Amino acid sequence: MRHMIDPLDFSVQEVENLLNLADRIAADPARYQEVCRHKKLATLFYEPSTRTRLSFEAAMLNLGGSVLGFASADSSSAAKGESIADTIRVISCYADICAIRHPKEGAPLRAAMYSRIPVINAGDGGHQHPTQTLTDLLTIRRRLGRLDGFTIGLCGDLKFGRTVHSLIKSLSRYSGIRFILISPEELRVPDYVLREVLDPQGIPYEEVTSLEEVMPRLDILYMTRVQKERFFNEEDYVRLKDTYILTEDKMKLAKETMAVLHPLPRVNEIALAVDGDPRAAYFEQVQNGVYVRMALIMTLLGLSDGGKERTE
Amino acid sequence: MNTTRSIDSIVNGTVIDHIGAGKGMKIYSLLHLDGLECPVVLIRNARSGRYGKKDIIKIEGEISLDLDLLGYVDHNITVCTIRDGKVVEKKKLTLPKKLTNVIRCRNPRCICTVEEGIDHVFTLTEHNTYRCIYCESRGKM
Repeated sequence: MRHMIDPLDFSVQEVENLLNLADRIAADPARYQEVCRHKKLATLFYEPSTRTRLSFEAAMLNLGGSVLGFASADSSSAAKGESIADTIRVISCYADICAIRHPKEGAPLRAAMYSRIPVINAGDGGHQHPTQTLTDLLTIRRRLGRLDGFTIGLCGDLKFGRTVHSLIKSLSRYSGIRFILISPEELRVPDYVLREVLDPQGIPYEEVTSLEEVMPRLDILYMTRVQKERFFNEEDYVRLKDTYILTEDKMKLAKETMAVLHPLPRVNEIALAVDGDPRAAYFEQVQNGVYVRMALIMTLLGLSDGGKERTE
Repeated sequence: MNTTRSIDSIVNGTVIDHIGAGKGMKIYSLLHLDGLECPVVLIRNARSGRYGKKDIIKIEGEISLDLDLLGYVDHNITVCTIRDGKVVEKKKLTLPKKLTNVIRCRNPRCICTVEEGIDHVFTLTEHNTYRCIYCESRGKM
């Protein structure tokens, strides 16, 4: 049985197959509207989330399946002290596949060890968020037409930003990628990402603090929110939250073909005026997220051969 | 009584040899050897052809050693099993591929530091560091 816990759980070829399937779904969603009929997705969200949970649920509903689950730890048996291992053993009796969002790092892996159904990591603490990464890869590929040979700037909270860690890990498998890591000193990319992912493969990267200075060089700008919920100390959050704000003026420094991505939700790190810029790709990302999750659900359920032709 | 002779002549037991000089006390403590009833000898700064100086621990008696723990603390160690005064087995340790409950994950955001009953498991990376299998934090003793 396959799970999706870490972005590297799928090989480059498997990721390509998945993105190709997502493209086919995007081209003709109706063709796939029955492929998960009588299948159930459990969404186990121990941490508040709007878009990821709804994206998973929309994906399953689009495939003709059903969804069940909970949206916060308070409304689950975790509030009574049940372990994640016990919860997944129970859920395995109710659903065919599940997506888990958990504030503690490694919780989805723990669940996968005891599960009888495929487990998808829908975000674990500040660690990984592989389905956001697949969404990002699909969006980059649709914008640039490729997943190699470009410069990407990752900006904001690179320390606790799980989407950033997952994306760096995944992109490190493609050739010709240059990373520019833009963050305040306190929110730099964790040491292990640099020492064990980028350095050994000789992947070029720079750590900088100024967004403006590097803007002209970027093919992709990946903005992130400074996440209040990752700080133990509110003072640190208040001090760092407004470090980077992408404005129309800063966009003038960028290439005409650059794409701005953001995993959302945004607070104020991208000015509303940027939304109308054709280079803003973050709402496109949301739509791509549904397609890629549809493709992932199908793949993990062994339905990767695709949908049926409509008979009508 | 000849003290040197009684140290050297283990009849049935274990000799932990080639311990890096200065690490003997740490290993003595980590293996909880102070709780043993049998004779235990720690030799510090013994002459070593290979390393210049080394520590040695000799235990007269049957005990079960956590070789993963020993390998993690000092992978140059050799563990010799003595039977009837002869070395019957010599194990050269290496860095273990996996450590279970040898070191503790210190990441307060990791599932294994929050839920009870979860083993703290670390795996050896290509870069000779240990990472928690759950959160990938670096393991430290």
